[in-house]
Amino acid sequence: MKAVCWQGTHNIQVETVPDPKILNPRDAIIKVTSTAICGSDLHLYNGYNPTMKKGDILGHEFMGEVVELGSAVKNVQIGDRVVVPFTISCGSCFFCNRELSSLCDNSNPNAWMVEKVMGHSPSGLFGYSHLTGGYAGGQAEYARVPFADVGLFKIPDGLTDEQVVFLTDIFPTGYMAAENCQIQPGDTVAIWGCGPVGQFAIRSAFLLGADRVIAIDRVPERLQMAKDGGAEILNFEEIEVGDALKEMTGGRGPDAVMDAVGMEAHGMGLEGFYDQAMQKVGMESDRPNVLRQAIVACRKGGTVSVPGVYTGFVDKMPMGAFMNKGLTMKTGQTHVHKYLHTLLNHVQDGKIDPTFVISHRMSLDDAPHGYQIFKDKKDSCIKIVLKP
Amino acid sequence: MELQSNSTTDPKNNQPENLSDTERWGSLLTGSALVLTGLSQRSLRGVLLAIAGGGLAYHGAAGQKSLQDTVTEAAGLNQRIRVEKTVTIQNKSPEELYRVWRDFENLPTFMRHLKSVTVLDDRRSHWVANAPLGASVEWDAEIITDQENQLIAWASVAGADVDNSGFVRFQSARADRGTEVKVVIEYSPPGGGLTAAIAKLFGEEPEQQIGDDLSRFKMLMETGEIATTEGQPTGHH
Repeated sequence: MKAVCWQGTHNIQVETVPDPKILNPRDAIIKVTSTAICGSDLHLYNGYNPTMKKGDILGHEFMGEVVELGSAVKNVQIGDRVVVPFTISCGSCFFCNRELSSLCDNSNPNAWMVEKVMGHSPSGLFGYSHLTGGYAGGQAEYARVPFADVGLFKIPDGLTDEQVVFLTDIFPTGYMAAENCQIQPGDTVAIWGCGPVGQFAIRSAFLLGADRVIAIDRVPERLQMAKDGGAEILNFEEIEVGDALKEMTGGRGPDAVMDAVGMEAHGMGLEGFYDQAMQKVGMESDRPNVLRQAIVACRKGGTVSVPGVYTGFVDKMPMGAFMNKGLTMKTGQTHVHKYLHTLLNHVQDGKIDPTFVISHRMSLDDAPHGYQIFKDKKDSCIKIVLKP
Repeated sequence: MELQSNSTTDPKNNQPENLSDTERWGSLLTGSALVLTGLSQRSLRGVLLAIAGGGLAYHGAAGQKSLQDTVTEAAGLNQRIRVEKTVTIQNKSPEELYRVWRDFENLPTFMRHLKSVTVLDDRRSHWVANAPLGASVEWDAEIITDQENQLIAWASVAGADVDNSGFVRFQSARADRGTEVKVVIEYSPPGGGLTAAIAKLFGEEPEQQIGDDLSRFKMLMETGEIATTEGQPTGHH
């Protein structure tokens, strides 16, 4: 089959590789019909994850048709049309029992790597480095899905791939990030990052009852899309965001703030230079300037939601502001399984049309070009769907 | 998970038992103490035997120091490595987990370095472990203590390639939160030096391997299978 393989920093190749096989009784094989490139794939593309290996198959947003089932999978049929949550979850451990599926105890065979750094390991993830299991990803013609009896979600007839493929990651990720804002009636939520997750977070915040959403980015088409979603917008290259947020909220600050950017944030001025330099010499793995700004901007007693991906250490965290203002931080990889029913209902009820975010459709062969324009934000690229 | 691994050349190892240590080991075995940390470096084997009532005699374990032991100590070759690991397993009782473990022939399913375990009789078993270059190390083990549904303690008998002893304890977690499984294993390469014999069996990191073994046991018990990517496709390396 054809698959999108990582061959090094900024080096993606479409290769012919063996078809996946059933390896465990609870596995399934999916013929992939749609798969997307995620903003977090860019962290791998940009070489920020040292546990990538040459030849790794990328992709964690994919859906398709079941073509083969392991002997223990009884609740899915061959031919079913399914979406696949990007988090791999066993469905029966302490964390899965509490609907914390991205914290599954049993799906990361390389948990030891993570435990050394983080103390404990989150779940395995598709196509997302050996730190999270080294599972072959879904940017391919076929993909193996472990714990398929838990990890496949059937899609009812009458919905297109493009309406449901984002249930695999970015829609639930934006939704959980908004839920993590602990929104109360009348609340204002400020969201840094108008990439695909930020876009879904804006719309989810409104679905969850936010009164206002203020979206922060610097890319014109992304800010426009945020505006189309009902947000007020701030371009951080044109305006001092902290001051603006304070003025826009009567001096009090946003009730909740969200870092939908993560470890590769583009900082301004000396601070941004500091983080870039520290990261280059390996003194700091993640650049946290959005997180710093968000914490300082947040109103007293407010909530900091962090869907943006971090993998290592950050420097100069404004812990004084965080503590003295009595803030709460909520974060995590997305517990995708928990949100699937709710979000599918929202799509079916017409409360949201997830296709709004798609800017490009390509064949699998064009993936290298796709990664490049997505990274460079060229050609107004916001979200790419690949059709194997 | 917590772990403690250590090596020592403490000459007091074979001296008469220190009562308080024995008591503390005893509480670890019965579950009233949670962690190994802080316990002295007396040999696990000696403690297990003491707790079992000392009814079984093993070469070099509890009795007088032999000339070889003395030489070994003097040369600093009596280093041990001791590993402690605990996992909590959901939806399985101590009884169920004990039953799986008590049939030692099940162990190679999740203990990757084991090639086979053959049960010889109710107390004795023969263990074969993989070593580099297709070689293997072998030993006979004997059960020292077998408390049904709670605890199994074992030790290798004389002539083992790698002298080892250990126990596994199954205990209901507090507040009905599953079953805690604690494994403590100690390797005492006789006169061969730590690195040579242990590395032969485990590579560089025995703690890691035993931790992984226990994680795989948990996977198998909680999900019915062991998560893997071995055999999946990949592009060119």
